[in-house]
Amino acid sequence: MHDILRIENLSKSFYIHHLRQRIEATKNISLHVSEGEFIGITGKSGSGKSTILKSIYRTYLPEEGRIYYHSKAYGVVDLTKAHLRQIIYLRSYEIGYVSQFLRVMPRTTAREIMERALLEMGVPRDEAQREAVRMFEHFGIEKELWDNYPMTFSGGEKLRLNVASAMIKKPRLLLLDEPTASLDQESKGRVRSLIEQLKNHGTTMIGIFHDLEFMKGLCDKEFRMETSSYV
Amino acid sequence: MFDEKPILEVKHLSKLYGIGCDYCLDHPENRERNYCPRCRTIHAVSDVSFELYEGEILGIVGESGSGKSTLVQCMYFDQDSSSGDMVMHIGENSGKNVFTLSSQKKNSIRNQLFGMVYQNPYRGLKMKFSAYANVSEKLIAAGSRHVQRMLARSDELLDIVHIEAFRRKDTPKHFSGGMQQRVQIAKALSNNPPVLLLDEVTTGLDLSVQANVLDLIKIIQHELKVSMIVVSHDLAVVRMLAERTLVMLDGRVVEAGLTDQILEDPTHQYTQQLVYSLI
Repeated sequence: MHDILRIENLSKSFYIHHLRQRIEATKNISLHVSEGEFIGITGKSGSGKSTILKSIYRTYLPEEGRIYYHSKAYGVVDLTKAHLRQIIYLRSYEIGYVSQFLRVMPRTTAREIMERALLEMGVPRDEAQREAVRMFEHFGIEKELWDNYPMTFSGGEKLRLNVASAMIKKPRLLLLDEPTASLDQESKGRVRSLIEQLKNHGTTMIGIFHDLEFMKGLCDKEFRMETSSYV
Repeated sequence: MFDEKPILEVKHLSKLYGIGCDYCLDHPENRERNYCPRCRTIHAVSDVSFELYEGEILGIVGESGSGKSTLVQCMYFDQDSSSGDMVMHIGENSGKNVFTLSSQKKNSIRNQLFGMVYQNPYRGLKMKFSAYANVSEKLIAAGSRHVQRMLARSDELLDIVHIEAFRRKDTPKHFSGGMQQRVQIAKALSNNPPVLLLDEVTTGLDLSVQANVLDLIKIIQHELKVSMIVVSHDLAVVRMLAERTLVMLDGRVVEAGLTDQILEDPTHQYTQQLVYSLI
């Protein structure tokens, strides 16, 4: 299998003006990921695990290092240098990001969120509708919630919707930033079975998990921040 | 290979109120913010460049006086720019710097390629004409003369923006602020322009009405695939609508990037302040 992602000497720090201080988030991280692999990133809190995921997704712009991603649309691109329109394209077609925080449009129903994710990829409306229902059912999101605004959902329901809306697109590369934090056992089980389905489907995943037991049962390799290497 | 072409490019656009002097033109660092203490020239927009792509919403944020409105007004030919180019890659003048075209050609670009929604509806609407007449005005400007067809098109547009049928013969003067903005949007959309300029469309509206107008903009983007420039002092508005954002301060673009990057990894001091003050 060839590398789908190659991170080389990634460093990211933040200059906070009002503190007149530079805060280092990660330094010199190198990481190779083969297509179809599931990598779990471990390390102390504050060691920069999320920084890696956010740099891949270009929410953060690293000041040093390269992130080569082998895309379907453009071949190999350096995500730290790619044109923003390319990043926007890759975000809607190839790279997904799930965090524990739900980022949704106000006054958009759960059903609209799910369908829109597929419609913007050019999936026909009837197929998008069917797929949305399938995901709701898989994640045990009850029928009366489908046409409701996520603002009124409980924490667990919001999180399940969030995971579902990223997974419905079946991205090639899925970044999981603590998707199971604060979920109960049953919901965790649902996330797990979907991760397994995506894995069978060939999706490459890089994840950070609060629950190490959960992660170790799923991932192929563990990347440790402290040593910047696989265990 | 990435080969997407923008539909519009603004290159080094500047707008000065005054003529400038050596002190402020050759050494921008001598300016006090956007003002020259020697010749008293205001550098309202200073060397701004960006691209706009098909179907995207580009956000422009900045405090009042940062030059955002002046910038879009220059793009809409409401004001003449002092220097710089705007190249359109659509329409019959594709590839040309449209700032150098005759005023007749500028007018036709204004009517066919752009729609504009002003912060102050009194600027965009004729308050003594009916909603119908306001929407039709832009159709007439673009050469339409068929009354029935114009009425039908106006109905279609006023449906999109949810102005009830029984209010359409009324004058916007007697409309609420939110309704006036919606009539402006209908008017701006009347000729199916590929580019929509929205200048502080939700400012001054109460929250639920604001929500209503923002939803409408989102729907227009999804259904009509229009490119939009959304100018706002409110980062929350831009966060909700725009994929890419420019941050302006004292007439300059001080930061540009993906909207979530601007929010989570702001680098300029002003952007950091702006993000920290977001509720």
